[in-house]
Amino acid sequence: MKKDNKKPERREFLKKASKVSLATIASALLPMSVMGLANEEEISISTSEPIDKSGSVDELKNRMREDIKRAMKKPIDERRWGMVIDLRKCVGCNGCTIACITENKLPPGMAYRPVLTETHGTYPNVSRRFIPRPCLQCDNPPCTEVCPVNATWKRKDGIITIDYDQCIGCRYCITACPYSARSFDSGFFYNDFAGGEKQPYEKLPSPEYNENRVREEGSSPIGNVRKCTFCLHRVEKGELPACVLTCMGRATYFGDLNDSKSLVSELAGNPNVMRLKEELGTSPKVFYLT
Amino acid sequence: MKIKNILWSIAILGFIIGSIGVYQLITGGHTLANYNTYVPWGLWVSAYIYFIGLSAGAFFLSTLVYVFKIEILKPIGKLALFTALITLIAAILFIWSDLGQPSRAWRMMFKTNFGSMMGWMGWLYSFYFLLLITKIWFAIRTDLVVNANESGLKGKISKFLTFGRNENSIAAKEKDMRILKTLGIIGIPLAIAFNGGVGSLFGVIGARPVWNSGLTPIIFIAGGLASGGALLLFLSTVLKTVQDNKRRRKLISFLGFITLGSLLFYLVLEWAEYSVAFYASIPAHTESMKLVLFGDYWWVFWFVHLFAGALVPILLITLGRKSIVALGTAGALIAVTFISVRLNIVIPALAVEELEGLRNAFSGPGLTFDYFPSTMEWLFFIWIVSLAGCLFLLGLKLLPIINQKKVAQ
Repeated sequence: MKKDNKKPERREFLKKASKVSLATIASALLPMSVMGLANEEEISISTSEPIDKSGSVDELKNRMREDIKRAMKKPIDERRWGMVIDLRKCVGCNGCTIACITENKLPPGMAYRPVLTETHGTYPNVSRRFIPRPCLQCDNPPCTEVCPVNATWKRKDGIITIDYDQCIGCRYCITACPYSARSFDSGFFYNDFAGGEKQPYEKLPSPEYNENRVREEGSSPIGNVRKCTFCLHRVEKGELPACVLTCMGRATYFGDLNDSKSLVSELAGNPNVMRLKEELGTSPKVFYLT
Repeated sequence: MKIKNILWSIAILGFIIGSIGVYQLITGGHTLANYNTYVPWGLWVSAYIYFIGLSAGAFFLSTLVYVFKIEILKPIGKLALFTALITLIAAILFIWSDLGQPSRAWRMMFKTNFGSMMGWMGWLYSFYFLLLITKIWFAIRTDLVVNANESGLKGKISKFLTFGRNENSIAAKEKDMRILKTLGIIGIPLAIAFNGGVGSLFGVIGARPVWNSGLTPIIFIAGGLASGGALLLFLSTVLKTVQDNKRRRKLISFLGFITLGSLLFYLVLEWAEYSVAFYASIPAHTESMKLVLFGDYWWVFWFVHLFAGALVPILLITLGRKSIVALGTAGALIAVTFISVRLNIVIPALAVEELEGLRNAFSGPGLTFDYFPSTMEWLFFIWIVSLAGCLFLLGLKLLPIINQKKVAQ
């Protein structure tokens, strides 16, 4: 029965796929002026319809957005933001790293979410895996209690934040984080290396903590410690963190771990879940599927 | 005196050269330093704990004079207190300059998190600083009264510093000594607290297995005693603290004995830390120790610390105990090379990847595990050390830190 149902779908798919490939070949072979005369219907198919008709990517994104909206309706202490990263899907493209940098307007030499590459074995018996590492937003964070001036703490929703106006830049919290998830803003700008004027990108305000600070010499966050906040400024507006939104392999998921209906809760409940340095008891809220 | 002139020349030269570092720090900020996101603490934090150790060690020796009344050490009581003060100032200058936001340092005092070991530091140092100032004043007050009669700058300063208290009777002196004893008794737990506290600051960091040991605070105290004792041993050989040669020899060999004992105690603790870790063979624990022993800077441990800072001085103190030059050299060697111990505590613990693959995960300025102090860091280091040297020598010149008659000569 199922086979019969699928047949027309496959035929439809092949038909469209052939159109798409024809359009692709055409666009490659024909000069621009001639392309303008090509069949408009075919071109519109090639650009507007996804080849993968399941639409799962958008569905997942929408589901996560719904999860966030549902969570935002609850009081803050009932939310528990968490992330699930499927290592089987991560291709190590570093897209999340760059999206995060762009979103938060990070300076050179700072990445809140680098992608670590683990290599096992030697050629030809070699395997690799990629581990994106945002701040793990530990339930028992070792980095907050060491702050001598109470400039960093765990919020009621589990996110570890820094008060840029309070931080004295002693960097004690960097030494205390077992995951190197905190960075020191020494004050570099791109023009320190390329010369000339500051780049337009560097004059844009960073939306971090909804403070819209423009990074300038002599003022915070230069001289401060900085870190990933799961893009709280986006999340609280019902949007996905930049790294989740941009992940082309759909390897990163985000949502409320305190909501059994949320996608992250569902995924974090899998038996193939692991967390970094679990033995420390820091209880990170970033779960990896292996 | 000749040696004083040499010390003055070195201090002034260092101050001038080091000023370039100050200029660089003011204009270029932390971008010119090599400490970074992965190795957040470097030369300056090492220098800070080095000078804190010297200060605590010198203070502990002063308590032998004012609390435990060890007669033989009496001539260096004031010198020990003054050394403790100057080294404390150097330490605080280092850690203050190391802050990303130095103008917010006051928050250490008024927004303190006492749940953080570092939170305690601002308070402990402030109390200790006040205690040192008060102790020094009571220790030199009667000498100030005598000096106040002199003409010139020294007389004027002495007169001002007596703050109008001119009693110079035996009863007044005894009263001062009683106050000094009380302050000394208060100072002992305070010095243990801040020196052990700096050790605990490192000891409580579970993320760095090599720091995270119950021995760490005790090692800091032992290291402070060894290096502070050694500094005073050196100073009492170059400064004429006692006129009578026999008493001077006795004082110096006694200091040599204290320094040797503390150094050996320190080495036992160091051996305990390293041997336990290596027998346990957990790579996460031994990784940074391997950097100390066999890394790029292996010679800092083997040559600077163990050979020049331990083996040679031990031989000098034991075999050359009758020679003041040998003992003074031993003191200088231990005191100077102890910075290598501090560097090896701070940097290798941070210079290892906390997660595999972090080293190559992302690149950019400041994202490296290979830390070596930048020129600016070295110059600034030289500046603070020279500044401390100048303050110390100026103090010796203007204040009755060393016995009256000697200063007059």
